[in-house]
Amino acid sequence: MLTSEQLIATLTTNFSSALIAQSDFRNELTCIIKKEFLLPVCTFLRDDAELQFDSLRDITAVDYLGFEETSGASYNHDTNIPHRSSYEYDERFQIVYNLYSFKNNFRLRLKILLNDGEHVLTVSTVWQAANWYERETYDMFGIQFDEHPDLRRMYLPEEFEYHPLRKEFPLMGIPGSLPLPRH
Amino acid sequence: MQQLDILPSERIYKALDDENTQFVLDDPLENTMVLNMGPQHPATHGVLRLVIRLDGETVIGCIPDLGYLHRGYEKIAEASTYHEFIPHTDRLDYLSTMANNVAYVLAVEKLIGIEVPRRAQFIRVICAELARLTSHFVWLGTMAMDVGAITVLLWCFREREKIQDIQDVLTGVRFTTSFTRVGGLAQDMSDEVLKMIREYFDSFTQSIEECEKLLLKNRIFIDRCENVGVISAADAIRYGVTGPILRATGVHHDLRKDQPYLVYNELEFDVPTEKEGDTLARFYVRLQEMKESIRILRQCVEKIPSGAIHTDNPKKVLPRKEQVYSKMEELIHDFMLINFGINPPVGEVYSAIESSKGELGFYIVSNGGGHPWRLKIRSPSFCNLQSMPVMIKGNMISDVVAIIGSVDPVMGEADK
Repeated sequence: MLTSEQLIATLTTNFSSALIAQSDFRNELTCIIKKEFLLPVCTFLRDDAELQFDSLRDITAVDYLGFEETSGASYNHDTNIPHRSSYEYDERFQIVYNLYSFKNNFRLRLKILLNDGEHVLTVSTVWQAANWYERETYDMFGIQFDEHPDLRRMYLPEEFEYHPLRKEFPLMGIPGSLPLPRH
Repeated sequence: MQQLDILPSERIYKALDDENTQFVLDDPLENTMVLNMGPQHPATHGVLRLVIRLDGETVIGCIPDLGYLHRGYEKIAEASTYHEFIPHTDRLDYLSTMANNVAYVLAVEKLIGIEVPRRAQFIRVICAELARLTSHFVWLGTMAMDVGAITVLLWCFREREKIQDIQDVLTGVRFTTSFTRVGGLAQDMSDEVLKMIREYFDSFTQSIEECEKLLLKNRIFIDRCENVGVISAADAIRYGVTGPILRATGVHHDLRKDQPYLVYNELEFDVPTEKEGDTLARFYVRLQEMKESIRILRQCVEKIPSGAIHTDNPKKVLPRKEQVYSKMEELIHDFMLINFGINPPVGEVYSAIESSKGELGFYIVSNGGGHPWRLKIRSPSFCNLQSMPVMIKGNMISDVVAIIGSVDPVMGEADK
């Protein structure tokens, strides 16, 4: 059986400078890697005979704008757990890749950090499934995936100007932002 | 002056030509045709739109277009407390509502770090399997209807109604159940429900036999399904397909076995697989799955223990209503939980169950507040739909409805 320690060890031997941070919250392995290592690491994870992360289950993004201000509500009763959150990275977005290995029955959450306006390379060359996941992420967050074969909006109409899951987009929507059908 | 080298019909067009009118003649046999299927097409199971390019009757290209049922649930989740989002999960896969409820609260409970008592776990398994049955009944009926067998549809909806009667007594609601709570359930299961489920077993066996008699040796049905919409195991994995479609390609993958949640590791059941990866294989896999669900339910009904259905964690789990009205401490907890939310620790979890369509996962990022900072729904219908062009390409136009039926997408889930 593959363990988190083995996986981290394999990653660090092959890509000594790629790993930024890792965490094991609730026994789920999360690795944050440097953006420029994304494609080599993904290809390695898929092709390595021991790891074989051949299934990409999901891609999403998380917008950390204002993460600290709104955290730590007034109902903190469990003193053992840090409730006041701190977001230690300068980058606003995190792109989350949810990988699964059939061979090892193991899940890995791979993350990269991204500034607003920065582009990231597509991984649809590694896993075909990334095509729609990246389109959805682009639709919701406006993150550009370079060399994507077909980067259109997934859900919203092409005329829509905003990306609704960004934190600055109001829950109520923007009046007039969605034009009525022309016909 | 007459020109003799052009045909008489062309001469007529020529005579009609002027600066305002021009004739451009296309030979229809020389061209491909683009066909819009949906979003209002009755065979597309909701608001799925397929733009199909046809060469004669053969599909040479297919692009699914989603978003007609997009309601922005991930944005709504960021503005509602963890409890407030439970009713929204009903509206994702509206054919198996209780499975969505279970999947969502399992993710929240994993984030908080609590586990429900054994009785509640058994009831949740019963809920999830009943949901799988209702969903598969709709699939069986609609898929059979799509290839022309309308009787099966009526019989399946009749059977589904019986399960919804059980849901009615169990949860108080037939359809949008919202039955689970963080750390427990909305209410306990009465013995009447157990009795109803026991009585249902015989009715199920009988009705599924009736449907099988209509379909399994039916030449028309088999010819419409065999070798139609084939997807290989490698393609299925590459496109992130999960659930019955993946198992119909021969991959033995079921989260209930591979990463067991609730009490599935104590229950005996098989994971049916087929090798062909075509529409007929998907049909067999789902049909067997329904029987396995009944097998799980039989064991649950026998094994279900008595006891509490709520975790004893007053700071995180909503107290009972009668206690709120009579006790000070519970009143305070109730007030705090309703007004400020659960406030799980800072962190992120991903928790998935095997729903009737495949891997239904919830990825929750918490910043310690009462609302999820980010909630991502990994919906199996969405991911399975991505592989649909692979299945459809090269088939006939009349097979497209059979393939959509066998993929069994629910657009409420795919569009979120």
